[in-house]
Amino acid sequence: MLQDYLPIVILVLIATGMAGLVVLLGHLFGPRRPSARKAQPYESGMRPIGPGTRRMPIRFYLIAVLFILFDIEIVFLLPWAVVFKKLGLFGVAEMLVFILILLVGYVYAWKKGALEWE
Amino acid sequence: MFFQETVSQAPQFFGLVPWIVFFPVIGLLFNIAFGGMILKRSPAGEKIVGWVASIASGLTFVVSVLLLVSLLGHPEGMVVPLAEWIKIGSFSANWSFQVDTLSVVMMLVVSIVGTLIHIYSIGYMHEDVRHNGDPGRYGRFFVFMNLFIVSMMILVSADNYLMLFVGWEGVGLCSYLLIGFWYDKGEDGIGNAVAGKKAMITTRIGDVGMLLALFAMFWAFGSLDFNTIFAKAPQVAAASPVIILLITLFMLVAVTGKSAQIPLYVWLPDAMAGPTPVSALIHAATMVTAGVYLVARSADLYILEPQAQFMVTLVGSATALFAATIAVGQFDIKKVLAYSTVSQLGFMVAAVGMGAFVAGMFHLVTHAFFKGLLFLSAGSVIQGVERGAHHIEHDPKLKKQSKSLGPDFDPQDMRNMGGLRSRMKVTFWVYLIGAISLSGLPPLAGFWSKDEILAEANKLYIWAYVLLAIAAIFTAFYMTRQVLMVFFGKPRSAAAEHAQESPPVMTIPLMILAGLTVLGGLINLPEFHTLEHWMEHTLGQAIHKAEFVMLVAALSTVLALLAIVAGWWFYNPRRYEAFWAEPAAKRPDDPLRRLIGPLFELWKNKYWIDELYWAAILNPYIALSRFLADVVDWRFWHDWFHDQALFGGFNRLTGLLAGRIDLGIIDGIANGLGTLAQRVAAVLRSVQTGFVRNYALSIFLGVVIILGYLLLR
Amino acid sequence: MIGDIMTSLWAILPVIVLALWACVLLLVDLWLPKDQQGSQQGESNSPITPLLAALGMLTSAAIVIARIGQPTMGFGGMMMADGFSHFICLLLLASGLVTIGLSHDYMKRLGIARGEYYVLLMFSLSGMMLMSMSADLIMVFLSLELLSIPLYVMAGIATPRPSSEEAALKYFLLGAFASGFLVYGIGLVFGATGSTSLQQIVAVVQSGNYNLALILGGAALIITGLGFKVAIVPFHMWTPDAYQGAPSAVTAFMSVGAKTAGFAALLRVFVLAFPAFSADITPVLWGLAALTMVLGNFAAIAQRNIKRLLAYSSIAHAGYIMMALVPYGQDGLSADSVASALFYLVAYAFTNFAAWAVVIALEQAGEKGLELQDYAGLGRKHPALAAVMAVAMLSFTGVPPTLGFVGKFYLFRTVLEGGHVGLALIGVLTSLVSAFYYLRVIVVMYMQEGEPEARREPWLQAMAYGSAIGVVALSIFSAPLLFLASQAVLKLF
Repeated sequence: MLQDYLPIVILVLIATGMAGLVVLLGHLFGPRRPSARKAQPYESGMRPIGPGTRRMPIRFYLIAVLFILFDIEIVFLLPWAVVFKKLGLFGVAEMLVFILILLVGYVYAWKKGALEWE
Repeated sequence: MFFQETVSQAPQFFGLVPWIVFFPVIGLLFNIAFGGMILKRSPAGEKIVGWVASIASGLTFVVSVLLLVSLLGHPEGMVVPLAEWIKIGSFSANWSFQVDTLSVVMMLVVSIVGTLIHIYSIGYMHEDVRHNGDPGRYGRFFVFMNLFIVSMMILVSADNYLMLFVGWEGVGLCSYLLIGFWYDKGEDGIGNAVAGKKAMITTRIGDVGMLLALFAMFWAFGSLDFNTIFAKAPQVAAASPVIILLITLFMLVAVTGKSAQIPLYVWLPDAMAGPTPVSALIHAATMVTAGVYLVARSADLYILEPQAQFMVTLVGSATALFAATIAVGQFDIKKVLAYSTVSQLGFMVAAVGMGAFVAGMFHLVTHAFFKGLLFLSAGSVIQGVERGAHHIEHDPKLKKQSKSLGPDFDPQDMRNMGGLRSRMKVTFWVYLIGAISLSGLPPLAGFWSKDEILAEANKLYIWAYVLLAIAAIFTAFYMTRQVLMVFFGKPRSAAAEHAQESPPVMTIPLMILAGLTVLGGLINLPEFHTLEHWMEHTLGQAIHKAEFVMLVAALSTVLALLAIVAGWWFYNPRRYEAFWAEPAAKRPDDPLRRLIGPLFELWKNKYWIDELYWAAILNPYIALSRFLADVVDWRFWHDWFHDQALFGGFNRLTGLLAGRIDLGIIDGIANGLGTLAQRVAAVLRSVQTGFVRNYALSIFLGVVIILGYLLLR
Repeated sequence: MIGDIMTSLWAILPVIVLALWACVLLLVDLWLPKDQQGSQQGESNSPITPLLAALGMLTSAAIVIARIGQPTMGFGGMMMADGFSHFICLLLLASGLVTIGLSHDYMKRLGIARGEYYVLLMFSLSGMMLMSMSADLIMVFLSLELLSIPLYVMAGIATPRPSSEEAALKYFLLGAFASGFLVYGIGLVFGATGSTSLQQIVAVVQSGNYNLALILGGAALIITGLGFKVAIVPFHMWTPDAYQGAPSAVTAFMSVGAKTAGFAALLRVFVLAFPAFSADITPVLWGLAALTMVLGNFAAIAQRNIKRLLAYSSIAHAGYIMMALVPYGQDGLSADSVASALFYLVAYAFTNFAAWAVVIALEQAGEKGLELQDYAGLGRKHPALAAVMAVAMLSFTGVPPTLGFVGKFYLFRTVLEGGHVGLALIGVLTSLVSAFYYLRVIVVMYMQEGEPEARREPWLQAMAYGSAIGVVALSIFSAPLLFLASQAVLKLF
């Protein structure tokens, strides 16, 4: 049975090896000419503002938790969408229930002001 | 995947054809892998690197000659498949080599001119890298050059439009890389990079046309193979002629981009920012003729569509005259040749447009010889002047008198030259040969090929004949002007005074090219029509029987002579020196200005076409992108929509619906801290530590004991 | 297909009703008027939310009662609505109702009245009820999380009081730690048998095609995970801190509800799935039960804080209930084992609520009135409350005529029938030890002078008296309860 996993092991080894090799080659042969502009943190093309290690308001945490919560909803929705046709009406009902439950949470969070900044 | 058997079973030397691509690949791989090391370790490093690249290129010439020999026995040629490339459903595109009389002509031209220029570059780049202060780029130059040979060979040897497009894009890439070879030089330190970018973007517009043509062909024929398309073309044309018109016009767009025709020619003069061998090989002899080759290759499509032929002829002949006039107003030795190239490409395009495919290809070949020769000689002149400037700077005695050599000294400006005839003898003679050939005087190569085009035009489109004949007059005039300004009279700068001849590694290729320029006409002399019979095997019914019209030939010779006389009148050494001796304030930049001032201003500024493009296209485009970025994306989308409409609206909405958040939390925690201290003390007093880690340890120990009991029992 | 779904939903209908009701209530509560003057914003003084919550629980209970005697199975055997689960569900719903009664005035008094509290209570109850129905290890885990997470929040609902937050955090961290063991145990069992369904596990065990070491390891880790919830030594360390820090009403619910649900799962899993391994597992259970009884009772002696005292008492009683599990695999005894455990759970619930009702009545803001000394003079000042407390203490000790006595009686009988004389002896002796600290409460109440202050809140008093009367009355007429418990035997469909 373990032999069945051999291709996966080989794949993992090759993938690791390739990635390592590329990094190594880049390290060995790549020219290193650091400049102030290159050393800037990448912020999606925007000019970075201030240092990257500022103190963050704790409110971010709440927002982040809420984000994860509803992000997970998407995580469930995607596989559901993939097999949507196979599941049929049952799947729709199931997902409706799921979304409704999250909707309750959303309304609650909203009404409680968890989405407000101040 | 690889069609090994067909390759090995091909008759004669046809099976060798993949090596026209493999040899330069080997060369460039060698220089990528070892070039840097060799340059560093060996004192003769540059020679090794250069000769490896040159030999790689030279071997392609050998292969091309062998293919030529094979074709003599089997003039119908063959398709040599190498590998399966794309296979999607019924569509397939292979990496195959089309060996026929048309492609082998191109291969020969590319390989012989390419090889000579490689050899020339060994000497040229030796000085160029020092002049520009980075000898480390010597190897890179030859890698790019070999890569260009690879791409060009793929382009001309393709048996389908998709593979042709691969080569088409490949040569564009090499062009970009080599124009920007000194990417950190030029105006403001980015001038060359800007020129490369301009070439890339402008030709990209043409490539869009090429892609559209590909799509249309695939849609109409279901295939991109030459043979399939040409076989089906008459049927398709009968069913829906408009599709053929679309294909051919889209191709014309591609041709205007790659072969620098109106309206996309503007990149070629700027492309002179590349090293001079690049200008000679890519931007005069080979790559820019790809458009001519494309039309000739697609002859079977064009002859079905007279409207398209008309358009091609119009574009070509208009460009020929337009660029020839501009060339008169230039002072930069390479710019004159650049506009001359645009003009001569116009001749070729007009020829293939008229259906005179043989004449077009003939002119392509002779032009490759004499324009390559002219560019290389110009490079030799420039370096000679640079050597002179260098000599002055390092000779303390001469240093004093060299005030005229400021930092702005331009070794390419013809006004800084003069009198080089005696100082660079070899260069002068080969340049003269090239210039006469270009001016169209018999019996040099340029005369025969140009005359064939004029004869065809005279027969088919008289207006095209008029345009091209006037262009030919201008051609003879500006070449006379150039030769006189560069080589005759007295030196007009200290650098020109001390100019030195180039080394043999540069002059020998020049002499070979000069020989080819003299003898090039032999390949298609009237009455023999060798090239025509040769091409018949490929172009078949598309061929025009060329006639030698004595009247046309005599007329063009007379006109050329008249133009030369006119040039002599304006620029003969005595007159020009007198003009030059006038006080600088009173004297215009060129004697011609006295006669036709406004016209000269127009030509000098290239009809302000670049400025027109900036005003009409680029500036509105940039303004639009600024508008999109600053106003639409940032102010509207980010500031207004995100921040105000979404974020603010959401805030207001939630604020409306929900109550305010507990403000007491912070206060409460502060107050509670005191209680916490007491609480911690109370916990410590008790039996339990109050630390979660100890509690967790307790759970863990419990698990260990239970498991230990159960498993070791 | 639709039929299957309907049957499945029908099987867990009480839970669905409760959970849906909780969702609705969560939204309803948002739009109820809030007391803007309260020390805590968002505080709810409206009795509507608790009343609605109680209504939901009553509805759920009505459905359960209506279906007694109609066992159903759903979700391909993952859920079993049988006599056992009906019994547990009713006990849990009753606990929930009592908790609402205990909470309403108490939360208001402490300034921590929030609508969410009742919603969380209902969610936690849903998880507990699901747990009693679970016939699949995955469902056990899921329902364990469903019951635990609201409990973590409830323990911390007195925020920003640090002790409450500390309780919540400790409970949460250790709970997560213990959940890990449970999942690992489930994984091991799955690895050993290839299934998480109890039915399948039994089938595999009967076929003999399994890995003994893995399954025993899995069983040990499941004991750990669930033992944490019911506060078995050595997985009990969180209990005193959490019980003390959490609001008293929450503690009362936690001690009863979590214990009931945890034992329900332990009983179902071990009695159904692992009877074949009783020879190996019984000694472990024996040791855990003995250790828990000894440690819980002795540690309680040192306590001066009534909440901590009750916490250790709760640990000790987990040990007693654990005794019922010890002979779970012996022929003919499993039914007795289950019945005595269920009965004792009921006894513990009533007694516990009686005691906590008094604690709540005496608790003052700022965690005052929770020391043993604060009970001095209660017998004179508030005789009724003191009586309730006395009854609870006697029942904890196991003195007739209380429910605690009857419960212990059945427990010891089951253990003795199983032949575990030593364990029974330890049980009796530790009961004697426990008398020391339980009676001390009575002594303090009746024989020391003091001026304790107690609330006279109608619902709280009703719960206190009701629980105390139940403790006494049900001990006298224990036959119907016993009958019910003995009907709730566990068997595979």
